Amino acid sequence: MVTELVKGVYWVGVVDWDLRHFHGHGLSTHRGSTYNAYLIVDEKNVLVDTVWSPFAERLMENISRVIDPAKLDYVVASHAEVDHSGGLPAVMAVAPQATVLASRRGVESVEGHYHRPWKFQAVKTGDRLPIGSSDLVFVEAPMLHWPDSMFTYLTGRNVLMPNDAFGQHYATPFRFNDEVDQHELFEEALKYYANILTPFSALVAKKIDEVLAFGLPVDMIAPSHGVIWRRDPLQIVRRYQEWAAQKPERRAAVIYDTMWGGTRSMAEAVGRGLAAEGVPHRLFHLAVSDRNDVLAEIFRSRAVIVGSPTMNNGVLSSVAPILEDLRGLKFRNKIGAAFGSFGWSGEAVKVIEGHLAKCDIPVVAGGVSAKWRPRPADLAACEEMGRTVARAIADGPAA
Amino acid sequence: MRRYVCEACGYVYDPAKGDPDNGIAPGTPFERLGDDWLCPECGLTKESFVPQEE
Repeated sequence: MVTELVKGVYWVGVVDWDLRHFHGHGLSTHRGSTYNAYLIVDEKNVLVDTVWSPFAERLMENISRVIDPAKLDYVVASHAEVDHSGGLPAVMAVAPQATVLASRRGVESVEGHYHRPWKFQAVKTGDRLPIGSSDLVFVEAPMLHWPDSMFTYLTGRNVLMPNDAFGQHYATPFRFNDEVDQHELFEEALKYYANILTPFSALVAKKIDEVLAFGLPVDMIAPSHGVIWRRDPLQIVRRYQEWAAQKPERRAAVIYDTMWGGTRSMAEAVGRGLAAEGVPHRLFHLAVSDRNDVLAEIFRSRAVIVGSPTMNNGVLSSVAPILEDLRGLKFRNKIGAAFGSFGWSGEAVKVIEGHLAKCDIPVVAGGVSAKWRPRPADLAACEEMGRTVARAIADGPAA
Repeated sequence: MRRYVCEACGYVYDPAKGDPDNGIAPGTPFERLGDDWLCPECGLTKESFVPQEE
């Protein structure tokens, strides 16, 4: 399947309907994904990125529908991660004369992945490469989201190809943003940002300012995953600016694990307190919830309230990964609180509070620990925690 | 002399070691690095560095 996006620019990528986990098993992809590769046919023939290696043959078939792949002059490697570079060995086998264009760190990372003596040319921000009726312009984007990451802009056609920025793991039969369900699209775009780009939010904001300062007309933003932004293409740039500012909504995520239901009853009581103050929230039983969906919900929420019973003098092991993600993803402008039941020792609440402190998430309500099965007074304390957090949300910065 | 850490990638600039691969001699304080110096690990500018907590 090939789609001509604008005259002389073709989508030659692959839709992966089956994908349910990405980055190994680190990221859930309920709606599959696409690997977008773009073929530009001009006096020079240029391929911008490839596909994940299991789909390399499909990429070659798609290119062949437009041109003889042996006639490729340039292959842009925006980012060495294998879902984009995995087709390089197949492409370079039929077009060994082609030059691989990458950022300086991209030259190192692509070579580091494939160990092949391909012809490389390093490009840097502002470099312009004439290819006939139009030029390629490159913008390095280090740590968005690897050191090698790079954007490519095609003059004349006004297409920005920002690789992983502005992408979504979203398999659809359509290629453009105006052809798909908008709720699904933005749910996936937010989940992608929250789980991958949040720690680099300061860089996202700066890079957007840098690219907008070039004053280049942008008719299309063609990322490496999901649909292409054609209708109001800058809408996703504005969303990224909002997300990078990390001004969460006045809502809460209550996340917990439970063995025999004690800590669950506390979570429900916290929820009643939040609801009494009109704060929208969701409860997540971590042992049976998708970690990445939970993180997306935490991303948009002002408050994260964490519950765990005490197990072996600490938290239940299903709670630990999300505490680690809270640290690594560097969520900003959050507030938190902790609760949990215990039989003896009862360290869990202190462990959670200590972890929230390490994540710069201030604890705004005293922790509630309940010995054995929570009594009505314990549940009342949890409800009060919910109301206290709700008031702290109301006092905080508006989204 | 203070060490500085790149907030994006975690690279630590140690003035005692400098960055000889990029022409920065050992003993060069972070403040004396030129504005064109880039993080040798990820390529970001000096702006992405903060003093390392002691």
